[in-house]
Amino acid sequence: MGTVKISFKLNGCDMNVEVLPNTLLVDLLRDVLGLKGTKVGCREGECGVCTVLLEGEAVNSCILPAVKVGGKSVVTIEGLVKENGQLHPIQQAFISEGAVQCGFCTPGMIMNAKALLDKHPHPSDGEIRSGISGVLCRCTGYRKIVQAIKTASQAGGRK
Amino acid sequence: MSYAFKDFHWTRHIPIKNYFLPKTLSEALNILAEYQGRALVVAGGTDVLPQLRRREIDAEALVDITHLPDLKSIEERGERIALGALVTHASITSSPLVREKAKLLADGAGYLGSPQIRNIATVAGNLVSGQPAADTSTPLLALDASVTIASKDGERIVPLTKFFLDTGKTILDCRREILTRIEFNALKEHHGCCYLRLSQRKALALPILVCGVLVKVDKKRRVIEEAAVALGPVAPIPFRAIRVEEALRGSPISKEIIEAVGTIAIEECNPRDSLLRGSSLYRKEMAKVFVKRGLQKALAQVGFPVT
Repeated sequence: MGTVKISFKLNGCDMNVEVLPNTLLVDLLRDVLGLKGTKVGCREGECGVCTVLLEGEAVNSCILPAVKVGGKSVVTIEGLVKENGQLHPIQQAFISEGAVQCGFCTPGMIMNAKALLDKHPHPSDGEIRSGISGVLCRCTGYRKIVQAIKTASQAGGRK
Repeated sequence: MSYAFKDFHWTRHIPIKNYFLPKTLSEALNILAEYQGRALVVAGGTDVLPQLRRREIDAEALVDITHLPDLKSIEERGERIALGALVTHASITSSPLVREKAKLLADGAGYLGSPQIRNIATVAGNLVSGQPAADTSTPLLALDASVTIASKDGERIVPLTKFFLDTGKTILDCRREILTRIEFNALKEHHGCCYLRLSQRKALALPILVCGVLVKVDKKRRVIEEAAVALGPVAPIPFRAIRVEEALRGSPISKEIIEAVGTIAIEECNPRDSLLRGSSLYRKEMAKVFVKRGLQKALAQVGFPVT
């Protein structure tokens, strides 16, 4: 099986990689590029823990062939931290509100929250709930997750 | 135990050998022809990729049509609205044109999967998957949709009522043909419509029952001129409840006619008992409730609340 060369922007950096035609984005990120922040849950597009931003839109990287991101921009949870190591306001809010239990869904929740706040800086409770409706938290800690996103939006969590 | 793990646990491997991103329609059709049925068309891939991984379908190569030109538009063309094959559920749900002139389709598309799926999954793909519970099929059936199918032999336009053959099966051969366009009626102010959905949870849940309802009323005579009622998944394919529509056509708006067609709706359905979706009896009863509720909501929209 021949490899395919793709170029894309990952967390603001230009990337040139060779992938197999059947490589999924999540496996490229985790196994080839070593970015383990993005989690793998179901590989079905159901649980949402593998969510990344593709051209600013939340997508499930476990069902997205890596070749599809050629020429596009991808942001993962690692891309939210500033260069000086300062956490993103959404990440900070998840910590301050105690919205992390086992932590497995957290990257997916935060990436969906980012996509939501980029579009609607001040969402209602209903909009927050529907914004994270594609991520399952098996600790069922949804209440504090919603609260954290609200806190981040009040703190101007867009940047 | 490792034996059990290997046999029953999921595999991560997608068994394809080639992935094509053609730039033109003819290039895409040529690749499909070269592969003689061993290549599969894919757009968003949210159905196809999991199915390939689970070995439910088999393909040597994928022909990704997302780089084809001119297939992303949502346009009004006279009395109809045309969607390119690459229009996603998210863009339908947020389209002002669709929200104004085909609200039931915007609503249906907004229920599908999750935000991440809706950002990627196309409406055309939702039709091609041929599932009787597909969230855009019943609204599009009610809107008298037709689809354009491109193949090596040229184009053909098929009404959606003739498109579905069986669960997971349509008249389109997704190893040789490509659905390029969907067209449907733009609604006017004397139209009322609604989309109803019953599912176990409010998000990321397959529907137990979906119902698209459309009514055109003669406001002066207080008569239902035309009605369209589409139902799924209460038969192998989503369908128009023709006998319900016939009973409504030309009938004065009344509580009695709504009650009467609710009963007819039960006879039009043939759902299976399902551990996932509930018993046949329950879903028939709910089909009646949904047809009645859908008509009440659609009529209320055009100023005729019937309680």
